[in-house]
Amino acid sequence: MEMKLALGPLLYYWPREDTFAFYEAAATWPVDIIYLGETVCSRRHLLRLSDWLALAARLAEAGKEVVLSTLPLIESESDLKLMRKLVRNGQYRVEANDYGAVRLLAEAGAPFVAGPTLNVYNSETLALLRGLGAVRWVPPLEMDRGLLAAMRVPAGMHTELFAYGRMPLAYSARCFTARHYNLQKDDCQFKCLDHPDGLGLRTREGEPFLTLNGIQTQSGRVLSLAHRLAELAGVDVLRLSPQSRHMARVVAVFRELLDGALTPADLPSRLDRLLPASPCDGYWLGQAGMAFQGTATR
Amino acid sequence: MNPLHLICPAGSLPALKAAVDHGADGVYLGLRDDTNARNFSGLNFDDRTLAEGIRYAHARGRQVLMALNTYPQADRIERWQRAVDKAAELGADAVILADAGLMAYAVKTHPELRLHLSVQGSATSYEAIEFYRERFGIRRAVLPRVLSLAQVENVVRNTRVEIELFGFGGLCVMVEGRCLLSSYACGDSPNTFGACSPGHAVRWRQTPQGMETRLNGVLIDRYADDEKAGYPTLCKGRFEVQGETYYALEEPTSLNTLELLPQLLKMGISAIKIEGRQRSPAYVAQVTRVWRQAIDAVRRDPDGFAPLPAWMAELDKVSEGAMHTLGAYYRPWK
Repeated sequence: MEMKLALGPLLYYWPREDTFAFYEAAATWPVDIIYLGETVCSRRHLLRLSDWLALAARLAEAGKEVVLSTLPLIESESDLKLMRKLVRNGQYRVEANDYGAVRLLAEAGAPFVAGPTLNVYNSETLALLRGLGAVRWVPPLEMDRGLLAAMRVPAGMHTELFAYGRMPLAYSARCFTARHYNLQKDDCQFKCLDHPDGLGLRTREGEPFLTLNGIQTQSGRVLSLAHRLAELAGVDVLRLSPQSRHMARVVAVFRELLDGALTPADLPSRLDRLLPASPCDGYWLGQAGMAFQGTATR
Repeated sequence: MNPLHLICPAGSLPALKAAVDHGADGVYLGLRDDTNARNFSGLNFDDRTLAEGIRYAHARGRQVLMALNTYPQADRIERWQRAVDKAAELGADAVILADAGLMAYAVKTHPELRLHLSVQGSATSYEAIEFYRERFGIRRAVLPRVLSLAQVENVVRNTRVEIELFGFGGLCVMVEGRCLLSSYACGDSPNTFGACSPGHAVRWRQTPQGMETRLNGVLIDRYADDEKAGYPTLCKGRFEVQGETYYALEEPTSLNTLELLPQLLKMGISAIKIEGRQRSPAYVAQVTRVWRQAIDAVRRDPDGFAPLPAWMAELDKVSEGAMHTLGAYYRPWK
C-alpha cells in the first residue's frame, strides 16, 4: 500500500475565522486524511460540534477521509456527552483517545482509530483493540523504531505515525497558559487565542525546552521524520500536526518526498525554514525525545 | 468492606513492616525492575523479601497489592506476565495493572486474581473504568490526581468498581500515564522505564550562580545559597516563560487531603493511597500513624471530624517543600 498523509487534529486554539480558513485551504492540500475536533480543552468553544460536522462535510466532499477525534482527558459529564455524540455521529470514523471512547465505539460496533494516548506499547494490547474494532492505530510518541518493528500488527490494522510537529507530551487538569497569566482555569479569558503555536518555555539559561498549550504540554522542538521516510517500513500513514504558518508548504514537502520528487538532500533548503523551532527525532532512535541526529542512519 | 481502606507504600521490607505495624490496611509494592512505576535503585522486592513481606502482612490480617503498572514493551511482555504469575503464586491480594494486554493475560491465566486499575491507566471517567470492568473484571480503580471532588463523586456514583484516591504525598501535576516529559528530556519515562526524572540522568553542580540541578543536561533549576535545592523532578523546576522565571508547571509541594476525609467517606471512596515508595521506613511509619488515627476518627464521628493541628504539623514535616495542597480536588488549584 502507498503511504498516505494525514493532517492531525488542530492542537491549538485559533480564532474561529482562522480555523475555517485553515481547513478551507486544507481541502486543496495533498493530504488523504483529516482529523477534526477539539483534543485539548473542553473550554475551547469557538467551534461547536455542529461547526466541526460542517467542516467534516466540506472536507469529505473534497475527497478527504474525515476522522473525528475525542478528548484525551475526560473530566466532566459534559465531556462525556460530547464524546457520546461523536461516537454516534453515524457518518465519520472516530479517533478514540481514551478508553471510555473505546468502550462506546466497541459497543456501537463502529470501526475506529486508536489514538496515541491509548498507550498501545505491545502486540497484545494492539490485538485486543483490533478485536474491539480498531482499524488504525497511532503508536505512543515515545515508541522507537526497534519496538515498532517488533510489534505484530494484526490483519486489517494500519499504522499511523506522528511524523511532523510539536509533540503533545503531557496533559493536566491544570491550565499552564492561564497559570502564566495568573488566571484561574475557570476564568482563563481564553489566553490560548494569543498563542497560535503555543507559549514557549525556556530553561533558566535561555534554552527552548517545552511549549505550553493550555492543559497540554508540548515539546519545544518540532519532531520531523522527513529525512527518515526510507526507514518507515510498515508505516501506512504519516501524521502531520497543524501549525499556524507554512502548513501548506510542509504538507507539499512530505507529498513530494513520498512521490519521489524530492530527496532528503533537498530538505535543508525546502523544509528547515518552515519549522517554527529546531527539529528533533530522538524518540524514533530510542534516545531522549528532544535529541536530533539529523541524517538518516541504520 | 469498610470504606477508606488505608493503603501505604512499601519500597522495602522494613517499610512494609513499618506500614503494617502502624496501621495500614494494605501495602503496595513492586519488584526490583522496570515492571513497576518506582524503578529506583536500592528499592523494591526480590523473591525472598516479597515472600517474607506477604507472610508478614497476612499474619496480621493486612493486604499486599503488587504494582505491575508500567507498559510492557512490544515483544517483551513475557517478563510482566511472569511477574503476574509470581504475584498469584505467592498469594498477593491483588495486582495493580495499567496495560490492557497484560490484564487480558491475568484474567485468562489467573481468573481468581483480583485486578486493580493503576493510576497509570489514566482512567478519569466512569466510561473508561467500566471498559476495564466489562473486559477484565477489575475490582478497583485508582484515579489520576486531576478530578475535582464533585467529579470524583460523579465517577463513584456511576460505577460499581471500588475507587481508590491519592490522599497524601508527592503530587503529579500531569495525568499519570499520559506524561512523556521525562523521556523527552532523558529517554526514560514512567510508562516505559518505571521512573520519572531517573537518578542516572540527574546531575548536581555548585556554580558561581548557585547550585544547579540538571536532567540529562537540561537545567531544571538553580538555587541561591539560602534556598534548599530539591530533586530535579522535571515538572517542579523553575523555567522562563515570556521573560518571567517561576514554577511554570508546579511548585514542589505535597498533596494532603486529610481535611477532605468526611466528604470522601460520605461519597463512598473505598481506599486512600499514600504516595512514597521511594521514601524511608521512618516516613512510612510517621505518615501511616497519622492517617490511621485520622481515618479511625472520621469513621467514629464523620460530622464532628476536624484534622488535629498535631497531625497536620507532623505531615507538613515530611512534605516535599514543607508545603501542602489539596491539588485538583480543590478547583481553583487548576
